[in-house]
Amino acid sequence: MMRPAGAPGGREATSPGVPLALDLSGVGKSFDGRPALSDASFALAWGEVHAIVGENGAGKSTLMNVAAGVYAADEGVQTIDGEPISPRSPMEATAAGLGMVHQHFRLVDSFTVAENVLLSLGRRGAVRTVAQASAAIAAKAKEIGLPVDPARIVADLSTAERQRAEIVRVLLLGARILVLDEPTAVLTEEEAKALLSFVRRLAGQGHAVVLITHKFREVAGFCDRVTIMRHGRTVLAGAAVAELDEGEVARLMVGETLTTGGRPASTPGDVRLSVSDLTLSAGPHAQGLASIGFDLRAGEVLGIAGVGGNGQEELVSCLISLSRPQQGTMLLAGRDVSAASPRERRRAGLRVIPSDRFDSGLIREFAIAGNLALSTVSEGAFGGPLFLDRARMRKAAATAIDAFDIRGATPARQTGLLSGGNAQKVLLARELDTGMTVLVAHSPSRGLDMKATQFVRSAIRRAVEGGAACLLISEDLQEVLSLSHRVAVMNRGAIAGCRGIDEVTPEWIGALLAGHA
Amino acid sequence: MDFLVGWIAIVPSYATPLLLASLGLIVCERAGILNLGAEGLMAVGAMTGAIAVLSGADPWAALAAGAAAGIALAFLFGIATVVMRADHTLSGLAVVAVGLGLTGVIGRPYMQKTFPGIASFGEMFGIDRSSALGRIVAVQDPVTLAMPFLVVLLWWWLMRSGSGLRLRAVGENPAAADVAGIDVQVAQFGAVLVSGLLCGLAGAYLCVATSHVWVEGMIAARGWVAVALVIFARWNPARALAGAIVFGSADALVPRLQAIGADIPVYLAMMLPYLLTLLVLVASSMAGRASGEPSFLGRIYLRQDKH
Repeated sequence: MMRPAGAPGGREATSPGVPLALDLSGVGKSFDGRPALSDASFALAWGEVHAIVGENGAGKSTLMNVAAGVYAADEGVQTIDGEPISPRSPMEATAAGLGMVHQHFRLVDSFTVAENVLLSLGRRGAVRTVAQASAAIAAKAKEIGLPVDPARIVADLSTAERQRAEIVRVLLLGARILVLDEPTAVLTEEEAKALLSFVRRLAGQGHAVVLITHKFREVAGFCDRVTIMRHGRTVLAGAAVAELDEGEVARLMVGETLTTGGRPASTPGDVRLSVSDLTLSAGPHAQGLASIGFDLRAGEVLGIAGVGGNGQEELVSCLISLSRPQQGTMLLAGRDVSAASPRERRRAGLRVIPSDRFDSGLIREFAIAGNLALSTVSEGAFGGPLFLDRARMRKAAATAIDAFDIRGATPARQTGLLSGGNAQKVLLARELDTGMTVLVAHSPSRGLDMKATQFVRSAIRRAVEGGAACLLISEDLQEVLSLSHRVAVMNRGAIAGCRGIDEVTPEWIGALLAGHA
Repeated sequence: MDFLVGWIAIVPSYATPLLLASLGLIVCERAGILNLGAEGLMAVGAMTGAIAVLSGADPWAALAAGAAAGIALAFLFGIATVVMRADHTLSGLAVVAVGLGLTGVIGRPYMQKTFPGIASFGEMFGIDRSSALGRIVAVQDPVTLAMPFLVVLLWWWLMRSGSGLRLRAVGENPAAADVAGIDVQVAQFGAVLVSGLLCGLAGAYLCVATSHVWVEGMIAARGWVAVALVIFARWNPARALAGAIVFGSADALVPRLQAIGADIPVYLAMMLPYLLTLLVLVASSMAGRASGEPSFLGRIYLRQDKH
């Protein structure tokens, strides 16, 4: 069993002779050959609240998922309270004293809180009935000062209540190290404060708490130490929060140098796309948009940076007319297309690379020639409505396959069989046609390897140099910074700021990403 | 009055197979496996029961044989859906086709041969049939009597026991169940076998206890009625009991009307249970989200493989 150790309050770093609550070192982890973690490390002392901060994709959640037994590490060493362990399942990690509350809660919605707890405690321990589980929850909730009603159905709970239920469950399972993945992202300001005061108290009782976050300012006042990650590495290991200033944190999160270069060598011309006051009300699972406006010129890349889920999907969906905004106007080359259908906007020169290429881009089951012809077939490019000129389709496809160097492709081959990079090339080949004047590219290199990424970026570069305008929406900051002439940052459905590339500083972008300007 | 008593007396024997089958489906679907194969499972159970009796087995052993046959066919269904993760709807329809096909081929020599069935209480205890109550009780048998107990037992197990909780968790949110240390596939396979057992038993009961003869196609879509009954019951065994009585009453009306020589079109009367089924489904779909359907019903759970 774990025991609380270390000085009460634990504001100072590790003291000699007392084992660390959690120690990870040299952790490496790749997904499909792409490294997500390399030589990452993390040290957590008993009695402290420790923040792990970093951008999206910096590896902070992955590292903690390794510690919690969700992923198996490729390499590296882990100890919990001084004992070496390599957990192969979340149950094993929890049994060793480490419990994680994920961003997406692992609760059965139609069950009560007590039934969910009983489910996890299952066939071990003294708790075997719903009544016993309820009693255990009530006792635990009282002990740690977190209101949880065991009798309520999870589906009826607010997000904050679900989160509390998850925390109590993890603690009841015996966790003394509590890992919270982006716990404040789903909470209101008040709720977040209550939660953070709670974890502070929990640490005071000798537990150890890890807060994964990309909004450092929110948690700074409640943390003892902070570890910063970038590109799968630990760039700052366990520094005392009191000794850090915020600019320093932002700079470490974003990186020393802002990569430039590789930007299209063209000067902005006429306005091609003009959006003003675009407003969409929020849905149950969708971010709303708050009065978005921007101008995009020919020969220009406007990059929109931002943490995922801040309205990027919704913006793209409004731009291509899959969603109808409540208000706002949109001009394509001076023509009002606010009420135009996706097809009309396409005719006006708008092209899109969606973030999920098989969601609204390509049809997995179609032959490559079919996907390539999809956008022009209704314009009569391949014969009339009755008879398709299949030979012409195949020929056009063969040309595109050559031009875009689509590997492993023949016109008749099923698109779903291509690798991600080559499928993306099919999409590029279709969208970057001669009629294209405005390209909306959403995370165009997501999930692609280095070579395919280069290909995609140079294709966009060539298109823009040829006079097209490109709106580049990406969670990959490097991508935005290396391609864009101007950079805007999206936060909570609004554009938080916009600057020319020469005026962009790590501090500025770090502050806007984190949601305060 | 006479008509009413006669009708009430046979309702339990019509309701029992529907109830048995729908209870089996409830267990199966609570674990997230959509089972449309009841018609096939019942057909196999009925034929096996008949063969067993005609081969000299005790009627009770014949019921067990029918249940075992249902389990065997359900085993194949489990291999397809749980182990190979095939589409539930297609696999279920395949079970219906296989069940009906097998019985047509194997059962041919045993068709139209009557045999003694399970003794009713009247035969067992010599109950006086002069009163209405006596007439009703006399035609019941131990299986119909056991039904309310089975319903209570199953309800308690599903809704109150620890293992029932785990089974329901698998059908609602297999990812959460997986994280909680439950073997999703073992739970689902077990539930599939239970559905095979109960559906096989339902078919065998229909044949051995009610009709005392086997003919091809004698299930006559009762398996499909059971599928609808599950929806009507909102996956709750207690409501399934009520539903089975309603459907069984409609089903039992046809032979009673024929027996008293009522002048109604036979085919119209025979349509009644299915018409009722259709109405129930429409009403249930209007109930919307409160339907009680397991959230993960009919979907394939694949754990995010650990890289």
